[in-house]
Amino acid sequence: MTGALYLSQPFAQHALIAGALVAVTCGLIGPFVVTRGMAFAVHGTSELAFTGAAAGLLVDNNPIGGALVGALVVAMVIGALGVRERERDSAIGVILAFGLGMGVLLLGYYRGFATAATNILFGNIFGVSNDQLLALVGIGVGVVLVMSFVYRPLLFASVDADVAAARGVPVRLLGFVFLVVLALTVTAAAQVVGTLLVLSLAITPAAAAQRWTPNPLRVTALSIVFALVAADGGILASLASTTVKPSVFVTSISFGIYLVSRLLGPRLTRRSRRAVADTVASA
Amino acid sequence: MPAVRLRDASMAYGTRVLFEHLDLELAPGEFLAVLGPNGSGKTTLLRILLGLTRLAAGTAEVNGRAPRRGSPDLGYVPQQRAFDPDLPIRGRDLVRFGLDGHRRGLPFDNRQSRARVDDAIRSVGAERYAGAPIGLLSGGEQQRLRIAQALIGDPKVLLCDEPLLSLDLSHQQAVSELIDARRRASGTAVVFVTHEINPILPYVDRVLYLVGGRWAVGTPAEVLTSDGLSELYGIDIDVIEVRGRIIVVGSDESTPTEPGGHHHHHHDHHGAGHGHGTRSH
Repeated sequence: MTGALYLSQPFAQHALIAGALVAVTCGLIGPFVVTRGMAFAVHGTSELAFTGAAAGLLVDNNPIGGALVGALVVAMVIGALGVRERERDSAIGVILAFGLGMGVLLLGYYRGFATAATNILFGNIFGVSNDQLLALVGIGVGVVLVMSFVYRPLLFASVDADVAAARGVPVRLLGFVFLVVLALTVTAAAQVVGTLLVLSLAITPAAAAQRWTPNPLRVTALSIVFALVAADGGILASLASTTVKPSVFVTSISFGIYLVSRLLGPRLTRRSRRAVADTVASA
Repeated sequence: MPAVRLRDASMAYGTRVLFEHLDLELAPGEFLAVLGPNGSGKTTLLRILLGLTRLAAGTAEVNGRAPRRGSPDLGYVPQQRAFDPDLPIRGRDLVRFGLDGHRRGLPFDNRQSRARVDDAIRSVGAERYAGAPIGLLSGGEQQRLRIAQALIGDPKVLLCDEPLLSLDLSHQQAVSELIDARRRASGTAVVFVTHEINPILPYVDRVLYLVGGRWAVGTPAEVLTSDGLSELYGIDIDVIEVRGRIIVVGSDESTPTEPGGHHHHHHDHHGAGHGHGTRSH
């Protein structure tokens, strides 16, 4: 198989390592994104990472740096806009639309390789350089460290903000920390699946994991596993195919996992829980 | 030492005075109901005790110390609310938050935490559904777990903010009984903010009634009288007792409520509290 041959090549190994790093960070934050209702914020952040990447490409031939700056700026703005979900979402929509327009404008001035532009949008995991890989490792380690530190109070604040505040949890500060973590993760994920498809690693695995268990730690673990399977599975599949971009496989595998989870997941429904409760009560 | 002490306490937002020169001492195990129309400062009083808001003047103490955020002396029970059915949080996770939800790290179980959570769940009789996602629990089940969450840290004072709202009658009774049993067994003082006194009337020792900057403290029989409330509200109010329930009737539709931030309509099943069924959030 051609795929097996590629595995000895550094570019394929880099891709798999980068994919695994991105999968772990996305899988880790995904359940919080879902619990906090921030799917649209992820989308907005990644779109603006595109604008940042286009600017970075134009100014310094450095799309990752630009994407990182773009994502962080958006995270700050979302954080400053504050608390109310509905207000936040419309504000994100406003910024997103404008930011995308700016991105298109910036790309219009770019005179380099045409593929550089599509790479930002759809990812180019096989073009990951040593430096980029190092940056991804840095981001991944940072995100994992921060998340393992704030996991419990962040979960409390995400599920039950009022009571968490009453118990002394710094709810606003944690929300802000999470936005920064999100920006870092989105930037990293955009290298693998592109800014347009970040949701397939940052949300889909977590949404699928929720179908299997209500235990928050298990959901996080499953979400990471699903993201790993989708990311590295997609990369391996595209090594075997060569004509289809890895992003397509990554998003397809991710979606497939979600579908299977949705259909087969044993999550309790209201009715089945009642049935269980009634049997126990009458026993 | 009193569980809660307010001395010459005053609170205002801008020119709107919530209460002035309020003196109140709550003994351990005492059950205080806080009544009053929307925007009268009931929830603000809880926020002051929680250390989330400061008094404009005077002093507040909880178990002999100034209120501070995250104090282990306090348990807090909010009103019931809807959770997404897909939310990956079980009843026991909610209870666990009360134990160490504010601490950093990951919420791994150990033998000790599991035993304490199990005990707390057992103490409110929630064993049957504590493993189910909270989004699938009924309001009454959720509030039992809330009480377990608030009591797991063995607080000196239990602060309740409309915990019976949107519960049906039997659950209102069950939840009230749980709180009453606890304060009798462990001497936990209870500050219970509510619109409806009737579900908790059998348990209440004293009432704090806040209206438009004025206040009254005393036993329900002392405070909830036609004369007393008429004076507080500054309009004619009739207090009628029917079958052990107290019904408050205002003479004028434009009183006694102040408009709240958003309207949360709530059916006043047993005609308790005061005229209107809206509340501020």
